[in-house]
Amino acid sequence: MNARILPYVLILPVTLFLGVFFLYPFVLVAQQAFSTGDGFTLDNFRDVVSYWKFPISLKNTLLLAALVVPLQLALSLLMATMVSRMHRGRDMVLYIWTIPLGISDLAAGIIWLAIFEQSGFLNSMMSGLGVIDRPMNLLSYQHPGIVFLAIALAEIWRATAIMLVILVAGIGLIPKEYYEAAEVFGASRWKQFLRITLPMLRPSLQTALILRVVLAFEVFAVVAALGGTLFPVLMGEIYSYQFDLQNNGAAAALALIVLAISIFFTLIILRVLRVPKGASI
Amino acid sequence: MTLRPTLTAAVSGLAIFCTVAVAQADVLFWSTQARPVEEAQAMREKVLSGAPATVDYQPNEDGPWLTRLQAEFQAGSGSIGVLGSLHGNFSGIDPDNLVDLDDLGVASNSATFNNLAKLGTGHLQYVPWMQATYIMAANKEALQYLPDGADIDALSYDQLIAWTANVHEAAGEPKFGFPAGPKGLKHRFFQGYLYPSYTNGVVRTFASDAAVTAWEKFRELWAHTNPASTNFSFMQEQLLSGDAWIVFDHTSRLAQAFNERPDDFVAFPAPAGPTGRGFMPVLAGIAIPKTAPDMEGAKELVKYMLTPETQIATLRATSFFPVVDVDMPDDLPPAVQAAGAAVAKMSGSADANPGLLPAGLGDKGGDFNRVFVDSFERIVLAGQDIRMVLDDQKGRLSEIMEETGAPCWAPDAPSDGACPVE
Repeated sequence: MNARILPYVLILPVTLFLGVFFLYPFVLVAQQAFSTGDGFTLDNFRDVVSYWKFPISLKNTLLLAALVVPLQLALSLLMATMVSRMHRGRDMVLYIWTIPLGISDLAAGIIWLAIFEQSGFLNSMMSGLGVIDRPMNLLSYQHPGIVFLAIALAEIWRATAIMLVILVAGIGLIPKEYYEAAEVFGASRWKQFLRITLPMLRPSLQTALILRVVLAFEVFAVVAALGGTLFPVLMGEIYSYQFDLQNNGAAAALALIVLAISIFFTLIILRVLRVPKGASI
Repeated sequence: MTLRPTLTAAVSGLAIFCTVAVAQADVLFWSTQARPVEEAQAMREKVLSGAPATVDYQPNEDGPWLTRLQAEFQAGSGSIGVLGSLHGNFSGIDPDNLVDLDDLGVASNSATFNNLAKLGTGHLQYVPWMQATYIMAANKEALQYLPDGADIDALSYDQLIAWTANVHEAAGEPKFGFPAGPKGLKHRFFQGYLYPSYTNGVVRTFASDAAVTAWEKFRELWAHTNPASTNFSFMQEQLLSGDAWIVFDHTSRLAQAFNERPDDFVAFPAPAGPTGRGFMPVLAGIAIPKTAPDMEGAKELVKYMLTPETQIATLRATSFFPVVDVDMPDDLPPAVQAAGAAVAKMSGSADANPGLLPAGLGDKGGDFNRVFVDSFERIVLAGQDIRMVLDDQKGRLSEIMEETGAPCWAPDAPSDGACPVE
């Protein structure tokens, strides 16, 4: 086949797929969000934003992302550097660390619920050790902090591996010569990490962060399993508009708001971690 | 060499064709009821095995149930033969999309139910299929703490609060269980039990002084409620685990506890308030969508579901009670016997004040429930001022009533046009 046409032919299936299953539904959702049956309107957005739970769910979503993502970034960087220094058993460790990737959100939430609930593992363990007399209600409206922590823990456990995989691949791309040169000049491990790994890892960091931040705004099943109705998040509100209230317009409007937030943060990450042209490996 | 792949392809193609052909011959029973695996299996094996045609029984969550149904309506053709769901789900569907069922010659023995099933039109849009309600249940451990002079079959809300307080003190932790989780049916407690018992209404009296008292009482009760209740959905689980000793829930969401340990639990009527013993019968129905592929098969199936034998088999499978006159056999499962007795005491009590499920709200049923759930979350969980919350939520409620034009239903006094919030 003509070498000039070939790339276009190769990306055609993906383009078609995206067009049919992403762009077309996206246009439909956008239409729904801006209409209530009689032409263009912002009523859906007004409805959604004026609901008393909107500020709470927005705040919760942002708070969760603000706590979880930086921790995951630090953890995955640490894990990736550890793995990349290993000579034997590297694959085994990677497999084990990425197991949570294969578990669905809801299953992950339920696993952590089994730990935190009143008759769960944590309570049995603590009463077994004699720390407490009777099982405590950890996930209750009286302890919003614990609910938040449990959700954050479950999210960290579940989704750090996504970043880890990207960062491990990124570290693998950094030429060994840089480190060898650094050794020659006597740079410490920490200095090597700061001066070589981090800067060279920028494109991977960008990808990992964007992916993770966008996913953090879509957190839903873990929250539903652990927090019930105690910890409203934007995604949960979309679900309840769509399925409890059967209000497609409001659900679509809220979905667009989540999209706007995601785009905003993606742009920030792109700008902060931008890689100058020609500087990439 | 090329013959084998061709043959394989031909055979698998034929196999796929055959499965499709067989699948089309089944009547697809698309239901939101009998969802738990055991119940769905019992529906297939015990209830539908004797049906006139082979039935493909598919229970679903409300969301997917409605989404596929609406997709079929929009497409103008479909594969769903028969719909099974609650009254509230049907009232959200345009009656034009459902087949009129008057000429089938089957209906329930309750004029109220048959009237509801017309969905505001002059014709039967669905056939009442089975009924249930919400009751109270308690671990027998808790009975020793009943307040003096209290009759468990005729409790008042004050006595219930005193009882849960006694249990709280004796057990050292709150043991009242309330289904306030995301899938819990808490809104029905407010709409069918608390409000009718204290205000003799639901919509008209939403923000009345009596309603303020009702919420104050509920706060008192909440002080003795297991704080993990905001994660509870099916109270049978907490009864069995011992996390709750006294609970309120739907009969079918308590069944497992009674069936597993029939000697450990008692079922009893809901408590009474100043304006009577409010309770809410729940009605499920079966309908035929206009897009049903095999109309005759679907109608035969609807008739079959209403025969007394099928109704009893359904009762055994789901713990939902018949809607036609049947002779109850003696060997019913413990859950059915316990719940049946409690329901009979509740509806037969002198101060019974039945409240119907919200009707005429169309697709605003969810918004209506949310008014009550939001009031609960703000008043009880967030501790906001009752008067302020009710005045605030009142606006949303009257918007919904005006938008839908739904007239008042019992126990609210009848209205001309939309039910007013006073």
